[in-house]
Amino acid sequence: MAQVEKRESSAPAPAPLEWEYAPAPEARDVVQLEERYGLFVGGEIVQPQTGEWFASISPSTEETLFEVALAGEADVDGAVGAARDAYENGWSGLAPSERAKYLFRIARILQERSRELAVAESLDGGKPIRESRDVDIPLAAAHFFYYAGWADKLEYAFPNRTPEPLGVAAQIIPWNFPLLMLAWKIAPALACGNTVVLKPAETTPLTAMIFADVCRQAELPPGVVNLVTGDGTTGAHLVRHDGIDKLAFTGSTEVGKLIMRELAGRDVRLTLELGGKAANIVFDDAALDQAVEGIVNGIYFNQGHVCCAGSRLLVQESIYEPLLEKLKRRLSTLRVGDPLDKNTDVGAINSKAQLEKIRELVASGEDEGAEIFQPECELPERGYWFVPTLFTNVAQSYRIAQEEIFGPVLSVLTFRTPEEAIEKANNTPYGLSAGVWTEKGSRILWMVERLRAGVVWANTFNRFDPTSPFGGYRESGFGREGGRHGLEPYLRLE
Amino acid sequence: MPDYTRRVAKAPALVGGFVLPSGPRLPRVGSVDAVALEERAATLAKRSIKRESKVQALRLAVRMMDLTTLEGQDTPGKVAALCSKAIRPDPVDRSVPSVAAVCVYPSLAGVAKERLAGSGVRVASVATAFPSGQSPVEIKIAETRAVVELGADEVDMVIDRGAFLSGRYAKVYDEIVRVKEVCGDAHLKVILETGELGTYDNVRRASLIAIAAGADFIKTSTGKINPAATLPVTLCMMEVVRDVYAETGRMVGIKPAGGIRVSKQAVQYLVVLYETLGREWMTPDLFRFGASSLLNDVLMQLRKEKTGLYQSGDYFTID
Repeated sequence: MAQVEKRESSAPAPAPLEWEYAPAPEARDVVQLEERYGLFVGGEIVQPQTGEWFASISPSTEETLFEVALAGEADVDGAVGAARDAYENGWSGLAPSERAKYLFRIARILQERSRELAVAESLDGGKPIRESRDVDIPLAAAHFFYYAGWADKLEYAFPNRTPEPLGVAAQIIPWNFPLLMLAWKIAPALACGNTVVLKPAETTPLTAMIFADVCRQAELPPGVVNLVTGDGTTGAHLVRHDGIDKLAFTGSTEVGKLIMRELAGRDVRLTLELGGKAANIVFDDAALDQAVEGIVNGIYFNQGHVCCAGSRLLVQESIYEPLLEKLKRRLSTLRVGDPLDKNTDVGAINSKAQLEKIRELVASGEDEGAEIFQPECELPERGYWFVPTLFTNVAQSYRIAQEEIFGPVLSVLTFRTPEEAIEKANNTPYGLSAGVWTEKGSRILWMVERLRAGVVWANTFNRFDPTSPFGGYRESGFGREGGRHGLEPYLRLE
Repeated sequence: MPDYTRRVAKAPALVGGFVLPSGPRLPRVGSVDAVALEERAATLAKRSIKRESKVQALRLAVRMMDLTTLEGQDTPGKVAALCSKAIRPDPVDRSVPSVAAVCVYPSLAGVAKERLAGSGVRVASVATAFPSGQSPVEIKIAETRAVVELGADEVDMVIDRGAFLSGRYAKVYDEIVRVKEVCGDAHLKVILETGELGTYDNVRRASLIAIAAGADFIKTSTGKINPAATLPVTLCMMEVVRDVYAETGRMVGIKPAGGIRVSKQAVQYLVVLYETLGREWMTPDLFRFGASSLLNDVLMQLRKEKTGLYQSGDYFTID
């Protein structure tokens, strides 16, 4: 017999491995940051006439990344003028198949530059690279591909009607999905033959500025896409400008109401995609482990900065305990930290203001008597962070069950029957999205008929696709983005 | 037997099988959503495991390996060579630990036992008319008894998929119970052959039956059917084990087998294990890889982490 090394029989049993993942940061150097980003007007980067600039900081480190132009009234006027000029002298008269070519080209460039864009998105906005890499950027490219396909087939989308573009579309987008929201807005607008003035969010202009470069790379005619950066005042100038034919806004319900007031009596088409307080409803026959994944994806995806987030969990009482156990266990495996680390699940809160708002609402939940659960987790010292949070013993009347928190905070409520689930789910001024978890197909259909929400997901959550329309009811806004429906807000149908 | 063996997941052999508690939540078999399960497995597979955490994982993977040869052409010579490899996988680097066990056909269990004596590496033998399980139950029991007498520390049995798929769950259950009874001190791994079960719901149901009947480990595959182990199917089985632990406190082991050929896959399985069942399961007592070619790839990666260079396959022994 071969000489073998004998293991001492008295050797202690090997203990389970203490395992820590080593840091796995995505390289930052794929993004060449400029010191200052001007406005993108008429195909050129221009200096703001206000002469004012403001800093864009990284929410995960609080470092100043670059400065960006603050567009004033004259800048907005210039951008709308450039868009009008491009609309009347070329773009609207271009053969639809030519428009499609530009959109396909943009889509391909977005794919080619996806790594750069993903890193930029995480750097500027704080979302985990896993999400910007696997969700935001691929979906943004997919939207351009999808609407490129419609550009020369509009008469088939609306049979027996004559689709005509509207003119200049003003678009204001939020900070939670900067490039994706840009794609949702620009792709259908251009496919339908409009030109665009878009205002990126104050805290997340970086990918929009890279998109300006993508437009130039695609040799998009000057003025077809114009980007004006700034704060709320810039947005107000754009809304008030009398040269716009269409306004598309995604953001808070509060601002949505202001915009509606402002546009009353004007011949400007409007679509609003506003807040939400979605119910995620889990029945006792659901596949529990997968429901837990869906709940986590519903509320902790993108730090809960999602208008359609499943922020109210409605659990059938008979499975409340095992589901909560599973959920709490799962919460403690979430990895919170550096957005650029490939293993991070939950990144940084987008801004200090947002962090304060989340803290305020969480404190109110505790004051009102809800029971708070937060997993133990170490947070980086600098930057804006909030531990994934779960509230139980929540009453329908608490602020955390009523108001949109827009952060990684879940309120758990229970129900006994499907009727009660519907009643509770619909008991909100919002109506953007909802989730239903059950193995019973007929119950899904029964629920969908009764839920007042623009989007209802069954056995999944926060799943987006360019072919699927998205939009809300009541205080969550009106109009649909995505799919064939998403063309309609950008067309005059005779 | 070294001390070590007493810690391996071990279910009591109860006459009539292991009884699941009938608390308010049970009997609840539960169901599995295939789309979401596969999505979760795919997400975990994208974890980026680097440097020290990778070395730790690879060394653990070696310790968790059931080095396997299950072929008609197996000979005492082949098994002897495999046993030497199992004890000292890398003759150049003595810091590489031994594998957990060598897995062979019943006729070679005796050879393996002799070659592995005193090494701490365990002998696992398949039984119960492996791989099809299509024999009378008396023969299966006799075979199990024989391999235990030959010195097998672990018995890898197959379930009767024919019975399972025709809804005769009691037959599946009873067979496992009877095999468990004759296992004595040997550990029982129950092979579900997930590639023949068709749905994750079936995998979940078969896992529960096996665990209830007294399985110490549940194992995905024989390696003779495609697909063998996959990440989602293993995750599905881990979720069952997690539920059983939550309900009863009993810790059951899991063994994915077949199709795991490269280090990257092994690390992915360990990530799924770590994030599903936690650090308590990060031990050979509760998790094994059934594999053969995986070992050399892991050795190659370990050598690379140590020296910074990839070396040709010729520098690793083929046994």
